Amino acid sequence: MRRSIAQRFLQALIVLVGVVLLTFVMLRVVPGNPIETMMGEHADAATVARMTAELGLDQPMHRQFLRYLSSALRGDFGTSYSLGKPVSLLLKSAFRNTLYLALFAALFAWILGVACGLVCAVSKNRLPDRLFLGFSLLGISLPVFMAAMFLQYVLAFKLKWFPISGTDSWRGFVLPAAALGWNSAGQVAQMTRTSLLETLQEDYIETARAKGLGRFGVLVRHALRNAMLPVLTLMAIQFSGLLSGAVITETVFSINGVGRLMVQAISGRDIPLLQGTSLLATSVVILGSLLADCLYSVLDPRIRKEG
Amino acid sequence: MPPGKRRKTEETADLRLQSQLCEEERFWDLMRRMARENRTAVLSFILIVLVVLASLLAPVLTPYDENGMDLMHRLSPPSQDHLLGTDEGGRDELTRLLYGARVSLLIGVVPALLSLILGSALGVIAGYRGGLADAVIMRAADVTLAFPSMLLAMVIMYSLGGGIVNVFLTLTLVNWANVARVVRSRTLALKSSEFVEAARVIGVPEGRIMRRHILPNCLPTLLVLFTLNIPASILTESSLSFLGLGIQPPNASWGLMINTGRQYLYSAPWLCFAPGAAIMLIVLAFNFLGNGLLDVLDPRQRKQ
Repeated sequence: MRRSIAQRFLQALIVLVGVVLLTFVMLRVVPGNPIETMMGEHADAATVARMTAELGLDQPMHRQFLRYLSSALRGDFGTSYSLGKPVSLLLKSAFRNTLYLALFAALFAWILGVACGLVCAVSKNRLPDRLFLGFSLLGISLPVFMAAMFLQYVLAFKLKWFPISGTDSWRGFVLPAAALGWNSAGQVAQMTRTSLLETLQEDYIETARAKGLGRFGVLVRHALRNAMLPVLTLMAIQFSGLLSGAVITETVFSINGVGRLMVQAISGRDIPLLQGTSLLATSVVILGSLLADCLYSVLDPRIRKEG
Repeated sequence: MPPGKRRKTEETADLRLQSQLCEEERFWDLMRRMARENRTAVLSFILIVLVVLASLLAPVLTPYDENGMDLMHRLSPPSQDHLLGTDEGGRDELTRLLYGARVSLLIGVVPALLSLILGSALGVIAGYRGGLADAVIMRAADVTLAFPSMLLAMVIMYSLGGGIVNVFLTLTLVNWANVARVVRSRTLALKSSEFVEAARVIGVPEGRIMRRHILPNCLPTLLVLFTLNIPASILTESSLSFLGLGIQPPNASWGLMINTGRQYLYSAPWLCFAPGAAIMLIVLAFNFLGNGLLDVLDPRQRKQ
């Protein structure tokens, strides 16, 4: 098992370097000198030349890339053009908010999704199953921006139960997390239902029943535990989707997170900031799927042996 | 789903023709089965056809002009004259929705088709050639898939700039990797099958094996991927447009309508919720249809 994890780790590392390379190239094929964009039209040629040299933008592409890579490894992502602060500093405070948001959303999705899926599986093809299945479909097809605006309009603007924006207290996180988690909740519910129904057919469930274990005991201790494995992988995949959705949610609810920083970077034509934010988000996704793979192989003894 | 032309000169023509005729019959059988058993998929298909027709017939269906300003009736709520109200320029929202459907559907279909072409070409090469080509293509796919799709789309849109053609390109570059992965794994399975073996033994060139023997056998899977890529593209574009990074006015997609309507969320909520509901409905319909196709065409993958 140790070898396969090491292999997986190496693969993740290669992908990460690929990601740095891709964003680096993508953002440097943009027409126009970023320094001129930054300083406006009235900048004099000498200053532009000095700044260009200072930031190393006059050097060949591969030299620039290596320079970026080596300073990124030391945690230095350059200085934001538009905000004038080190990118790493901006990322640090933004990342905390995004992480809270994503974790709350994942928690919301997981609790709601597993509960719905459980109800569905137990009442297969009866009314509660139909009802919750329809509910989960609604969750899946609801775009994040619609969920966000709907919750903001109804619960914050009309009913005034929650603040419209801002994250001063935990109440500010409730609506964004629900809006963001809605989508995943639907997927988790469906996955839990399918997986649970499949697990309930297994021989070991029969055995557990034959041992005289109660209905609830079989369901939770034997079936649900095993059925959670695919759901776990799903959650890891969804983490990437959560970060995509975070861009929207943070914009709607004015949360100062990585997604909003990225939107700011784009409107400010701020390449170091854009590069930093996308790099951070992607590393989190890669790390997440790596973690899920490791966890999966630890949790499922069948995989542990094969690996 | 046979390719249009069948050449008699093909060395294994007879064999292939037979198997393909069977395939073709089987395909329509399966479609009939889906129509019988899966009412949701059929309803979804009807809904999609209706939306397409409504968007094409928009000039006949509505008396209003898409861009006809009427400043006396700005932001008026839904009424008999304006079923879905009017927007900040006094334009009829329903009319805008019908015309917007053209843009949104185009944005669903074109990138889905382009990413299908790109993805299946790269996937079949990776799977059939193996070695260096496989390694390079698949690592590129890994890198693409490592990005949260929205973030990748934002980065690409940034470097390409706005506009509808760039939206097509961006969504293609975001969606190709998934297709490539699926086609590659199908190719690996087909590569060791008897008819490919036979074709190789009698010296059919590599390119022709890929085009004529492997890709046609991937068609059912590709049809499913195509149907499911459409809603994904529509959603990504509407998210991009929601942030103001996608389609630029005067083209109005549903996503862009929401973006402009958002400023009036509290005074004229219908400007957001009408196009939002439209997006939801069409995305749901395509997803139902795609899953229905998946059920009959590729039951094995459905399970995974």
